[in-house]
Amino acid sequence: MNAVKNKIGSAPKKKRIASLDKRKARSGWLFILPFIIGFIFIYLPIIFNSIKFSFNHIIIQTNGGYKLEFVGFQNYADAFLVDAGFKDTLLAGLGQLVVDIPAIVLFSLFIALILNQKILGRAAFRAIFFIPVILTTGLIGQIDANNVLLEHMSTGSIDTGTEAAQTGILSAEQLQGLFSNMVVGGDFVKVVADIVNRIFDIVNRCGVQMLIFLAGLQSISPSIYESCQIDGASGWETFWKVTFPMISPIILVNVVYTIIDAFTSASNKVMQYISTVYDSPNNGNVMSSAMSWTYFLIVIAIIAAAAGIISSVVFYQRRD
Amino acid sequence: MNKTAETPKVKRESKNRIRVDFERTPLLERMRAKFLNFYTLKKVLWYLFRFLLLLGVSYVILFPFFSKISASFMSATDFTDVTVLLIPKHPTLATYKAIITENGYFAAMGNTFILSFICAVLQTFVCTMIGYGFAKFKFKGSKVLFFAVIFTMVVPHATLRLAMFMKFKSFDVLWIGSLLNKIGVTPNTGLNLLNTNWPLWILSATGLAYKNGLFIFLMRQFFKGIPDELEESAYLDGSGVFKTFVLIIIPLSVTMMITVFMFSFCWQWTDTFYSNLFYTKSGVALLPSIIKTPASLTETVNKVGGGLYSSAIQNTCGLLIIFPLIILYLFGQKYIVQGIERSGITG
Repeated sequence: MNAVKNKIGSAPKKKRIASLDKRKARSGWLFILPFIIGFIFIYLPIIFNSIKFSFNHIIIQTNGGYKLEFVGFQNYADAFLVDAGFKDTLLAGLGQLVVDIPAIVLFSLFIALILNQKILGRAAFRAIFFIPVILTTGLIGQIDANNVLLEHMSTGSIDTGTEAAQTGILSAEQLQGLFSNMVVGGDFVKVVADIVNRIFDIVNRCGVQMLIFLAGLQSISPSIYESCQIDGASGWETFWKVTFPMISPIILVNVVYTIIDAFTSASNKVMQYISTVYDSPNNGNVMSSAMSWTYFLIVIAIIAAAAGIISSVVFYQRRD
Repeated sequence: MNKTAETPKVKRESKNRIRVDFERTPLLERMRAKFLNFYTLKKVLWYLFRFLLLLGVSYVILFPFFSKISASFMSATDFTDVTVLLIPKHPTLATYKAIITENGYFAAMGNTFILSFICAVLQTFVCTMIGYGFAKFKFKGSKVLFFAVIFTMVVPHATLRLAMFMKFKSFDVLWIGSLLNKIGVTPNTGLNLLNTNWPLWILSATGLAYKNGLFIFLMRQFFKGIPDELEESAYLDGSGVFKTFVLIIIPLSVTMMITVFMFSFCWQWTDTFYSNLFYTKSGVALLPSIIKTPASLTETVNKVGGGLYSSAIQNTCGLLIIFPLIILYLFGQKYIVQGIERSGITG
């Protein structure tokens, strides 16, 4: 019916619509133009050079230029075979990432759930939880990362650095004693103790995730909860049957965000190691390029795997 | 008689009014029944638990700042005194004075302000434009380009460190520089932009600076939530695309723009990566360069034995650096929270 109508009566009209669309498309290009220019003329050459450098040795010349010497995969081989610490740092960093991501996502979900209910000083708490995102980055993060003063004030111990195991809130041994009667593996206890001891670090990295969860929680229609209440569901059941499925897409978003954030942040141990390699002599700068591209590929693989696993259980509400 | 005692007493007060006195349970008992049950107890306990938990987490977040503030007022003797932990015994402003006068605090702050402010303004407008372009216009290649944005978001700039350094050491677009070099106009193949603010301004103006991919993404999500009818009615009234953008869309997105502005400003303010990369030690003094022990305090530091005192000086430097940001945050936090919540990142 519609098709017939279109055929008969709207030849000139159709033409006008097409031209408007075309005009809109052209202005779309104009809006994105800054990015296109930057991407083609600055970003792509930088990416290309970075990859090229990782396959070369650089010889800086006196007139400010540089000469490249193609060495194939030698930088990559050097990173793993010659460099002393890279392999261990990489493995430790990836292990850390695997522990951190669930901890951060679960913690921010928990805090968001609590903040979503009515409580005294809600706005103030929200503002406080967001402070680290703005303030504890870059410089302050670097100062806090190795802060003798903070350690001294939070534990009262004068010994600095020498007895790091004791200055934590609780040690693996203490937890081990607590759990000795239960059937819990020692490794698991160690992981938990580690998370508790780094609570400061983890809380500091939760700000954005928490807000994203909060936004998601507030977008769930209250009428669903109302009907749950009428049917007599308990809070626990409501959480697992309604809240959790409804925010599962946001969990996916947050997991990906957390991985990228952890990966690109300056406090990342692997990145710190790579930047020390960058400053070292003996082609350290090209080796660091090779290292960071390796790390990048691994992290991309982790993101793909995590996204694949989570998206298989994500529930999308059908919207009309 | 018992029966009359149980029935409500009806008293005629005037011609049209009567008063009925029920036999009510006493107030105390009613309150007890209302509040002293399992349900209320559970609710109160849960409320307390939540409140204490939030308070505890806030403490964890705020403690580093408390420790910085208290240590900044301590004098050198307080650090050797075992009985002093959080509250200084001999409060002094000497640390602040020394840092401000000797480390060139205000000069560094001025330089960083110029850099960060221009960067933040550029990033805010450019990311708003790009986000709008991606959200509201359908054209060939927009998906590919958006994938490129995601790509810039995922690749950390630390990976591109060497290439970026080389790019801005001899900056050359479209081989114009090397062409001029061949003719013999310029001695080098490109402009050396190191030690100037241009590398960061160029990156900001093209939406490639730190976390700009995230800003573009946030903006796109936000604009997708604005109904198309709004613009369509503007087009019907004869307004062009850009006029609509300036007069209708920008006023709507002020909250989001403030959010992006604050992010980019604060992150540029405390940044160390780019200031290490694009500025040499002898060049423009930015805020990271003031983190050092002032000359007049070096002697005292050595006498006390370094350690805590020099760390306290570093922390005081940090405090001085973020002081403007704290004020900015006090005014702007409302917008940030709203901005992120309204961006509609709901999967």
